[in-house]
Amino acid sequence: MPSTITEKILASASHHKEVTPGDFVVADVSYSMSHDSTTPLAIEAFNKITDKVFDKDRVIIVFDHFFPAPTVAAAGLHKKSRDFVMEQNISGFHTNGVCHQLLVEKYVSPGDVVVGADSHTCTEGALGAFTTGLGSTDIGGVMATGKCWFKVPESLKFNLTGSTQKGVYAKDVILRIVGDVGAAGALYKACEFTGDYVKDVSVASRLTLCNMAIEMGGKSGIIETDQKTLDFLGGRTGKIFKSDKDAAYDDEFEIEVEDIEPQVALPPVVDNVAPVSEVEGKSIDQVFLGTCTNGRLEDIEIATKILKGKKVARNVRLLVTPASQDIYFAALERGYLQALVDAGAAVCNPTCGPCVGRHGGVLGEGEVCLSTQNRNFTGRMGSPKADIILASPATAAASALAGKIVDPRDYI
Amino acid sequence: MRAWKFGDDINTDVITPGRYTVTTDKKQLGKIAFIEYRPEFGKTVAEGDIIVAGNNFGCGSSREHSPVAIKAAGISAVIAKSFARIFFRNSINIGLPLYVSEDIDQIEDGDEVEINVRTGEILNKTKNITITVKPLPEFMQKIVAKGGLVEFLRSDGYDNL
Repeated sequence: MPSTITEKILASASHHKEVTPGDFVVADVSYSMSHDSTTPLAIEAFNKITDKVFDKDRVIIVFDHFFPAPTVAAAGLHKKSRDFVMEQNISGFHTNGVCHQLLVEKYVSPGDVVVGADSHTCTEGALGAFTTGLGSTDIGGVMATGKCWFKVPESLKFNLTGSTQKGVYAKDVILRIVGDVGAAGALYKACEFTGDYVKDVSVASRLTLCNMAIEMGGKSGIIETDQKTLDFLGGRTGKIFKSDKDAAYDDEFEIEVEDIEPQVALPPVVDNVAPVSEVEGKSIDQVFLGTCTNGRLEDIEIATKILKGKKVARNVRLLVTPASQDIYFAALERGYLQALVDAGAAVCNPTCGPCVGRHGGVLGEGEVCLSTQNRNFTGRMGSPKADIILASPATAAASALAGKIVDPRDYI
Repeated sequence: MRAWKFGDDINTDVITPGRYTVTTDKKQLGKIAFIEYRPEFGKTVAEGDIIVAGNNFGCGSSREHSPVAIKAAGISAVIAKSFARIFFRNSINIGLPLYVSEDIDQIEDGDEVEINVRTGEILNKTKNITITVKPLPEFMQKIVAKGGLVEFLRSDGYDNL
């Protein structure tokens, strides 16, 4: 039977010849991931099931949501997770990057089944793996058994063709898609991105596309492995699966990316998407460049090109949080961090930064933040009376310079 | 049991803002459900009340703190047109009953509602209407029957499916 890449990976991991959407399967898990916010509850579930993790090299724990600990309560949760790491001798324990970026840099291979106690685990699917978010109890179960049950999802195909205008990036493309499909438009579905645009862009841009599959309700984002993926992965080869030409999709979307202008998502929900021209001139207080959506080297490079030799507007604070230590070092080596600090940015240690509102620069009442992150929900970054607007790194950098929201095409 | 009505796309930042979830204490989490979005909820919610919502309830983050907080606040079940998938799994795993129904428009905020757990029927006592809900898939019923994922894995687990 013709199958999609997602169906093939789930069939292989659950030892079936083939699977059909709607089937319930129990799959072997390649990696289980949880972070400082979700690990403590996962440990509580795990401890009730068993006393030894299924494989100390396949359980990854990352402190990124609030590291270093900003409060005594946070330090207490860190201690609980650290004690677990020591007790179980877990090898994959990290405090130097956003969990998804670290999984992409160090662990995930094509064909893997990866589960993470974080909704944006759909990001890693850009490498040709089935990767999805779960809650803590599910992760506790996976840490205990190495297995997880799934309902095989139907797939949506997003065929992206052409190339974007100058100043328009993968973030603008995915924001436009989320705006068109809606917050529940891909509920429970695997979102498969394909087409010559996807083939042409970098792995970093592909990660940005898959990262936001969850913002339309998607179970996973996925992109077939190609030579570009293999070059990125170095020695990690994995098992390469491809969708059959006549595989069945629940729906198919044809998107010509050349028509897409720079986009923003306006508060209070991610699918409230508009072209940047609709809010041009709106005053902003904070600009945040970072996260699992847009904290990679190419994002920092785009921002640096716009900001180098110039100064961030007086009414704006610019926060930059590289998505991993490797990215931080690369940006340092290339002089990007120096240029950004010279322009007035504060460069922070590689974590989720202020995206979740727990550390690293929360918003006050009445403030507006323009961010490269993936969510703009009310109260997410601090005061429930603050507004969060989502955009690309280029829109963020150009707007930081102008002190108000601007079209980045005038600055490139 | 009072029905607390919510709209579409109620996200986990609305249910439990991240700034309040740096804890695993269920009692503390029970106090923060909808703390900023609907402050009167925490003040007047009573044991056994139910939440009635539109599409995509629980979208956003994977934080299990959201269903834990709803359950700890005293909510006995959530009925919605649809649920975000991680929230759905989390709720099944921790034993918060969820029901999917297209007919939630027949329940208004403040209506008196009663759930017949045996038949899966929901009686709106204020309007004297009965609403039916979709049964859970058989696979998930096995987890629910054991009392949640932990108990499921502690017994036969995946071995005897």
